[in-house]
Amino acid sequence: MVKYVIKRLLLGVLILFCVSFIIYMLLRMMPGDYVTRTFTANPNSELTEERIAQLMEIYGLSDTPVVGYFKWLFGSAETGSHGAILFDFGTSFVYGDEVTSVIADHMWISFALTLFSLILYFPLAVFLGIRAAVKQYGAFDYATTVLTMIGISFPTFFFSAIVVRVFAFGLGWFDTSLGLQSSGLINPTWWELFIDQAWHLVLPIFVVVVLSIGSVMRYTRTNMLEVLNADYIRTARAKGLSENAVVYKHAFKNTMIPMVTVLAGILPGLFGGSMILEDFFGIPGIGKIAYDAMNAGDIPFVMGYNVFIAFLTVISMLLTDIMYVVVDPRVKITK
Amino acid sequence: MEDINNQSKIGEVYQFEAEAAEENLPPEPSPEPEEEMSLADSVKTLSPTRLVLKRFFRSRLSVIGLAIIIFLFAFCWIGPLFSPYTESTVDNVTDRMNITVSEIVVVDETTGESFSVWKIDRSPMGIDGLASPSAEHWLGTDQYGRDVLTRIMYGGRTSLTLSLMVVILETIIGVVFGGIAGYFGKWVDTLIMRLIDIFSCIPSLPIMLIIGSVLNGAGVDADFQIYFMMAVLILLGWTGVARIVRGQILTLREQEFMVSATARGLSTPRKIFKHLVPNVIPQLIVSMTLGLGSVILTEASLSYMGLGVPLTSASWGGMINDVTTNVSNLANASYAQIWIPSGFCIVLAVLGFNFIGDGLRDAFDPKAKR
Repeated sequence: MVKYVIKRLLLGVLILFCVSFIIYMLLRMMPGDYVTRTFTANPNSELTEERIAQLMEIYGLSDTPVVGYFKWLFGSAETGSHGAILFDFGTSFVYGDEVTSVIADHMWISFALTLFSLILYFPLAVFLGIRAAVKQYGAFDYATTVLTMIGISFPTFFFSAIVVRVFAFGLGWFDTSLGLQSSGLINPTWWELFIDQAWHLVLPIFVVVVLSIGSVMRYTRTNMLEVLNADYIRTARAKGLSENAVVYKHAFKNTMIPMVTVLAGILPGLFGGSMILEDFFGIPGIGKIAYDAMNAGDIPFVMGYNVFIAFLTVISMLLTDIMYVVVDPRVKITK
Repeated sequence: MEDINNQSKIGEVYQFEAEAAEENLPPEPSPEPEEEMSLADSVKTLSPTRLVLKRFFRSRLSVIGLAIIIFLFAFCWIGPLFSPYTESTVDNVTDRMNITVSEIVVVDETTGESFSVWKIDRSPMGIDGLASPSAEHWLGTDQYGRDVLTRIMYGGRTSLTLSLMVVILETIIGVVFGGIAGYFGKWVDTLIMRLIDIFSCIPSLPIMLIIGSVLNGAGVDADFQIYFMMAVLILLGWTGVARIVRGQILTLREQEFMVSATARGLSTPRKIFKHLVPNVIPQLIVSMTLGLGSVILTEASLSYMGLGVPLTSASWGGMINDVTTNVSNLANASYAQIWIPSGFCIVLAVLGFNFIGDGLRDAFDPKAKR
């Protein structure tokens, strides 16, 4: 087991190198690097060629992409970074701060958003999935199936637009300028601020809940149906157990085996934020921050963000596999 | 050779369905035939394809899904033939004219008299932007005076063609790589699986954003950009199919019919693509239909972010983006005719493919009770 985990982790490191290399190459191919966009695009700027070259040097854009990648990876004296290999992702061009601290600052709001939605939709989806499976092809099954399928089919931005139209513009319950905080708040106490921010997160959380409930519900239903057809369920019924005991004690526990691995797969989304959702609602979470950085050509931040996401994906893939072994002793790790 | 080859499909075990099953009775053959009839006379043989189709059409949701998709295809391809507009026709106001009347006062310097000269200018009204729905424009016009209904049809053409191409191509690539990995095993498998690992760890949306701006800046022709974006979608999307195919082939290649294929000295490509891959086709069809839905969603998100589809041509996501760039437009009723129909088209398309995919999965499932 330990050997397996170590092997997978080493493999993960290799994957991260490849992913970061691909992304770095793409980023450097981006037309109009950061210096050109910010300094020379301004018609009033009177920058000399030398000054531009100097700026390019400062921002580490003067090297060829391959050299630049290795400087990013191992650090260089000019930019004063220790290199990504030592978790120093350099200084963000746009936010002017250490990439790691920018990520750490904005990660939590995305985390809170996703976590609260998860707490709301996961148990609900599991419950609905079980009910639907127990009453397979019944009216309840059809209703939940159709509704959750419709939920899956909505693009985030369209559903957000509907929700904002109805609840913010139509009913006037929410601030129509969106964002995380009301503009009218003067010297709020932390409690007022907390309530205000929480209120602004209600709509995005609602959107996430409605859009994510479907896939978990479908997955629970499929697994539950499989379990309910198993022989030991027939045995349990034959023993004369009550239907509730059969469903919630015997079947439910075994349904949770594949569900645990779903939870492990949520990890990247939990910390990585959602670009479209956060951008739509103007929430300064990690997704929106990264979106803005990407549009500005902020190489260190974009690199840091993408490696962070790739790292989370690697970890979640590993966790999924480990979870399988942990929750189901029949599964053996091969190789 | 051909007739022997066909026997190697495992799915082809003929299933018998008693005629009694037609009346929704349990499909078990009646215990004892009362009349002196052989069992073969009272049962109908259904080929696997017929059986799947029968199960598929028995489910109401899959039929609804099929109807939605057929409707959307007809709407997008036949619809524009009846529309007097194209996706970029700008409609001008024709029933009224812009009339400006200006008074010019002329003073005769010798007599001190002054005259008024009236100048009347007539000019066209300009574009008929954000017109409300009417007989000429069933869904009104957008802010640039283009017919919304026609644009939705053209947007659908782009969206559906693109998604179909992406799904078909990524399935082909996935089948080739998955087949090779599953069949050869050893280092080939390891290599391809590592490749899959790398591709599935690349965050797709950021990559799309980056590539989109690379293309914008590199001065790639707007009509060509869409092909690049498609290529990227395929590049990031084939891994799922490859995993399915590989997993199936790993188990299939150990079975007897493969031993027989080897014994007959068939070539490797023939073994992979004629004997192994056909057995994966049910899973492939399901993953393709469900994949269509998700590619439509991705495409819509990309065009919503202004990537991929050139700005001049219509796309469902792009039409919503035109409205929501300024969120307060949502409050304006005359924008509702633009973003709500195009959004619902996305939902319908995805929903249709999801219903079909779900129905197919149940229909292919040999364990399914109905």
